Amino acid sequence: MRADRALRILGLAALAGMVATVWLGLFVTPNAVGYPDGTVRLLYIHPPLAWVMFIAYGMATLSSLLYLWPRTRHVRFDRLAGASAEVGVVFTGLTLVSGSIWGRPTWGVWWTWDPLLTTTALLFVLYLGYLALRNVPGEPETVARRAAIAGLVAFLDVPIVFFAVSWWRSLHQGPTIDLATRHSYVHGSMAWTLLLGFVSFTLTYVWLMAHRYRLAALRDRENDEGLGAAIADRWAEAVR
Amino acid sequence: MLRDALLVCGKDLRIELRSKVGLNQVAPFAAAVLLLFGLALGPTTAALKPAAAGLFWVAVLLSVVLAVQRSFAIESADSARDGLRLSGLDPAGIFLGKGAAIVSQLLVLEALLAAGVALLFGARLDGALVLLAACVTASVGLGAVGVIYGALSSGARVKETLLPLLLLPVAAPVLLGATKAWNDALSGRPGQADVWLSLLAVFAVLYVAVGTVAFGPLLEDA
Repeated sequence: MRADRALRILGLAALAGMVATVWLGLFVTPNAVGYPDGTVRLLYIHPPLAWVMFIAYGMATLSSLLYLWPRTRHVRFDRLAGASAEVGVVFTGLTLVSGSIWGRPTWGVWWTWDPLLTTTALLFVLYLGYLALRNVPGEPETVARRAAIAGLVAFLDVPIVFFAVSWWRSLHQGPTIDLATRHSYVHGSMAWTLLLGFVSFTLTYVWLMAHRYRLAALRDRENDEGLGAAIADRWAEAVR
Repeated sequence: MLRDALLVCGKDLRIELRSKVGLNQVAPFAAAVLLLFGLALGPTTAALKPAAAGLFWVAVLLSVVLAVQRSFAIESADSARDGLRLSGLDPAGIFLGKGAAIVSQLLVLEALLAAGVALLFGARLDGALVLLAACVTASVGLGAVGVIYGALSSGARVKETLLPLLLLPVAAPVLLGATKAWNDALSGRPGQADVWLSLLAVFAVLYVAVGTVAFGPLLEDA
């Protein structure tokens, strides 16, 4: 029950953060010069979405590794990997859509074969495949091991794809906050809104993932108890 | 391990030589794909010739899916898979053997396709060394991921639709690297292909290593 309450509080915090981000982003922050029609306001949405995508896939890969490692093998890592990858796919889709909406007014195109965009699109398809594989029925342990290996194989492909596509012409703008020099190109209320965006999207990710995890656990329990109930029924019939 | 690999590879190739599924189905399929490209982009070679490298590799990629499906279909028939598991062969050896069998079939197929591309699309096959190097490194990479995903999906009832979805996106860097290398060679700049060849080599080494390690647990399944 305590877990339920924590989850509810987390959801409320995510919702509040999201509302605040929207309000600050749309009405409080100034419009930046050089962006047509206030499109700079997508700044508070698009980078946080991409950020969540990264941590979601990072989490899925880490969980897959932990599942494959014999000492840490536990079904919770399998559930965690599945839950995280699923939320990651949703956020990848949102990243692509929001980026496309932003790209149209600023670059003049909906889509361009830029390394980041192409890698993201491939990530989307790669992890859709991963989720499809997870949904294939089988022995729970078989499914989990299969999924963990597929998750690793897919993740290993990401840097190769990125470097391969990087030799193409790059159009995407550089990162807004340069981590190496810690110099931010965003100041004042904009920076705070962006930070709030990162925090509230991350909270949303954790909330969604926790729910998916809970559902996976419940489904496993249903399967177990369903089998137990069926056996009990048969026994009852036999005894009668 | 290598002895086991040779045994498995020999077995797969022998089955292939006797059943001729690759020759009778996969190769004609690849030829049909080339013809369809010709219909889509022809009839003059104006659009076909510059695209020849890309079309060649897309045809190879589509054929890899069939080759991998075939490679695991022969294991699922008559529960040959159980026999393979009981044989005591090293899983890494089985992986390398099945991979090697697919790679050798792919190389034959690529030779046929290259002739087709030269014949139908009017591409002049210059820089043969680069072309060959790209074929070998790309085939090894494709064979390795192919066997990994073939084993992953072979137990599933939906394997026919699942395998292409898993395999094709992962093979995207191979398509890119091999196409670029071929383009460089075909347009008379074989010296620039080095970077793409090394990309293909990295991909091949990485997935051969992953498959060698991960094939044991994969084979236990299903």
